[in-house]
Amino acid sequence: MTAYLLKRLAIAVVTLVLASMVVFAVLEIIPGDPARLMLGLNASADQIELLRSQMGLNAPVVLRYLHWAGGLLSLDFGRSYTYSVPVIDLVRERLVVSLPLALMALALSTVIAIPVGLFSASRRGRAGDTIAMGAAQLGVAVPNFWFALMLIYLFAVWLRLVPGGGFPGWSAGVWPALKSLLLPAVALALPQAAILARVTRSALIEVLNEDYIRTARAKGLPYRLVLWRHALRNAMIPVVTILGLQFAFLLAGTIIIENVFYLPGLGRLVFQAINQRDLIVVESVVMLLVAAVIVVNFVVDLSYAVVDPRLRGRQ
Amino acid sequence: MKLWKTILAAAALALAAGTSAMAARTDLVIGIPLEPPHLDPTAGAAAAIDEVLYANVFEGLTRIGPNGEVLPDLAEGWSISDDGKVYTFKLHTGVKFHDGSDFNADDVKFSLDRARADNSVNAQKGLFAAIGKVEVVDPATVTVTLKNPQGSFLYNMGWGDAVIVAPETADTNKEKPIGTGPFKFQNWAKGSSITLVKSDNYWGAPVFLDKAEFRIVPDAAAAVPALLSGDIQAFPFFDPDSVAQVKDDPRFKVVIGSTEGETILSINNKKPPFDKLQVRQAISFALDRKAIIDGASAGLGVPIGSHMSPASKAYVDLTGLYPHNVDKAKELLKEAGLENGFKATLKLPPPSYARLGGEIIASELREIGIDLEIIPVEWAQWLDQVFTKKDYDLTIVSHTEPNDIDIYSRKDYYFNYDNPAFDKIIDELNLTSDEAKRMTLLGEAQKVLADDAVVGFLYELPKVGVWDAKLQGLWENAPIQANDLTKVKWTD
Repeated sequence: MTAYLLKRLAIAVVTLVLASMVVFAVLEIIPGDPARLMLGLNASADQIELLRSQMGLNAPVVLRYLHWAGGLLSLDFGRSYTYSVPVIDLVRERLVVSLPLALMALALSTVIAIPVGLFSASRRGRAGDTIAMGAAQLGVAVPNFWFALMLIYLFAVWLRLVPGGGFPGWSAGVWPALKSLLLPAVALALPQAAILARVTRSALIEVLNEDYIRTARAKGLPYRLVLWRHALRNAMIPVVTILGLQFAFLLAGTIIIENVFYLPGLGRLVFQAINQRDLIVVESVVMLLVAAVIVVNFVVDLSYAVVDPRLRGRQ
Repeated sequence: MKLWKTILAAAALALAAGTSAMAARTDLVIGIPLEPPHLDPTAGAAAAIDEVLYANVFEGLTRIGPNGEVLPDLAEGWSISDDGKVYTFKLHTGVKFHDGSDFNADDVKFSLDRARADNSVNAQKGLFAAIGKVEVVDPATVTVTLKNPQGSFLYNMGWGDAVIVAPETADTNKEKPIGTGPFKFQNWAKGSSITLVKSDNYWGAPVFLDKAEFRIVPDAAAAVPALLSGDIQAFPFFDPDSVAQVKDDPRFKVVIGSTEGETILSINNKKPPFDKLQVRQAISFALDRKAIIDGASAGLGVPIGSHMSPASKAYVDLTGLYPHNVDKAKELLKEAGLENGFKATLKLPPPSYARLGGEIIASELREIGIDLEIIPVEWAQWLDQVFTKKDYDLTIVSHTEPNDIDIYSRKDYYFNYDNPAFDKIIDELNLTSDEAKRMTLLGEAQKVLADDAVVGFLYELPKVGVWDAKLQGLWENAPIQANDLTKVKWTD
């Protein structure tokens, strides 16, 4: 187990270093000058040069990379070019929106998907299964921004139960903040739930064809117990893998939903930073996300061991 | 089901009662499409900065009014020496910054000197280029001596980039803006909203609103439900394509006004074959402005024939010079020896007027044999490739700075246009303060640009504002990009 962990850790470190190089190099190559963007059309070349040197953009590439990467090691993410505040503050402000939103969406999607998957698998080929999987197909196909708009028109414009967008901040109280994340979480969860339900169903169906399921049934165990105790647990590995991927996506891949609900999330921070060529923000946030994905994958690996005791003893 | 309906009806009633009880509101939530990068109008070109702070938090010696006129602001009056070089500003007294410190002539000198200093990164440093020296006569009097007379000096001092800041807070205005205006900054929830509240010790006419929140709504599709649900009560800059959804709703007012945004098909004047006058004229004849306005701007927007806003006093109507005439365009191309047409590129920045207009223009130019390859670019790429490196044939962009006809005389500007006769007019204009003479010169300048067909002049970008019908005092036009809230109030 220890060797396994150490190996995973080494892979994670190498991934981080390689990712930092790739991210830095890509952003170095794309055209665009943050100083020019800030000063606009009427600024002179001298002024732009001045601002560039104030921003520290005139140092050689390798030096800037080392400076930035060195900063990351001590958890110093640098200062934003456009906002001129520490990147870590920007990220923290966005994470208090993105993280709860991702968790809510993930929880919702799991709560919907697992029962639907179970239901469908146990009624494979019957009308209930067809309807559930048809709905799941629809859930995958419906664009989430459209679904989000429909939710807004129904719950915010017509029923006026929740705000149609925006985020009041946690300082406005837990309930108002949660309320403003409710619709976006539903809009994000639906397509995820649809995918997850399909994965759960097919994983279960595969397991249900195994000999030990037949044995369990043959020894007289009720079908429901077989399903929950033997089948579901064995079908969890692909489900957990997908869940891990979905969480990583939900953290920063939600730019469209963030735009529709004008939420100040991480996705919009990155998008805005790319547009303004606030490279240091892009680089640092991307690195954080790489780290987050690695951590999530690590947790997923560990959870395999929880789900499947056979993996625990393995070296 | 019946119970459900009853509950709904009761809820709706309660809500309606709740709204009418708040008739005399003093709070306002305004939707803006872009978030300002920071909150210091003297340190950035982003229009979003002025859209929040201009006239609300920061004030200048002069200010620009709702129709583009120059009004006194922190200066209650001024006198100009006979040679047009010395401006003596008489300042209001009893003015305080939001941190409680007094405003006086020293702050004016500091602000102007800071903006024109060698190490200044003011995005409109050119506005201050004519200033020779700034002197404090007494705490309420400042004289500004110009190197040469400058007709637009008082207008220039009304820009957001020329607002007066205090030396103690100048460096922290980006995060915590401290001005002299009727509203003071309260809070900036990054990515979400900026909140201003009424300043208690304001020197001027009191404002009606106690609190104004600027909420950032980047997506046009989200703006409509935000209005309908009442979350946001005003979008001063609304997406023209979404107007149809709220136009007939009596709860809202749709106000179409003018801007200073000349939307043009920019041409690289040095790059063959665009260096030939006939080719540029052919392009002008090939453009069907009506079709472009309909397709790219929902039919809103006024056609232009040169680089001047039709709302401006100096405007000369030159739209008749190149009417849509495909035969004439083909003839001109033939004269230029290009009867078989040619290929070129059209680089389009992100705004919809460019992306949609580009498609239409490409098909119109194809009719006369010019085969355009459309290349979509982001702003950063546009600034880099088109504006800075001049690596382009054609592009579409809206020049939103007010009174900016002088850009055609700038050396090394991305049009690559060089006409000494035009430069002479602009030089003379810069030295002229007489209003009538300025109008004549501006008219001549417009004429020269149209004759040379320097670029394809398309239309003036409209300002489409949508707000609650009970709201009064928001600007109809956008002579500068600002959301002046000083006269805004709720009626019942």
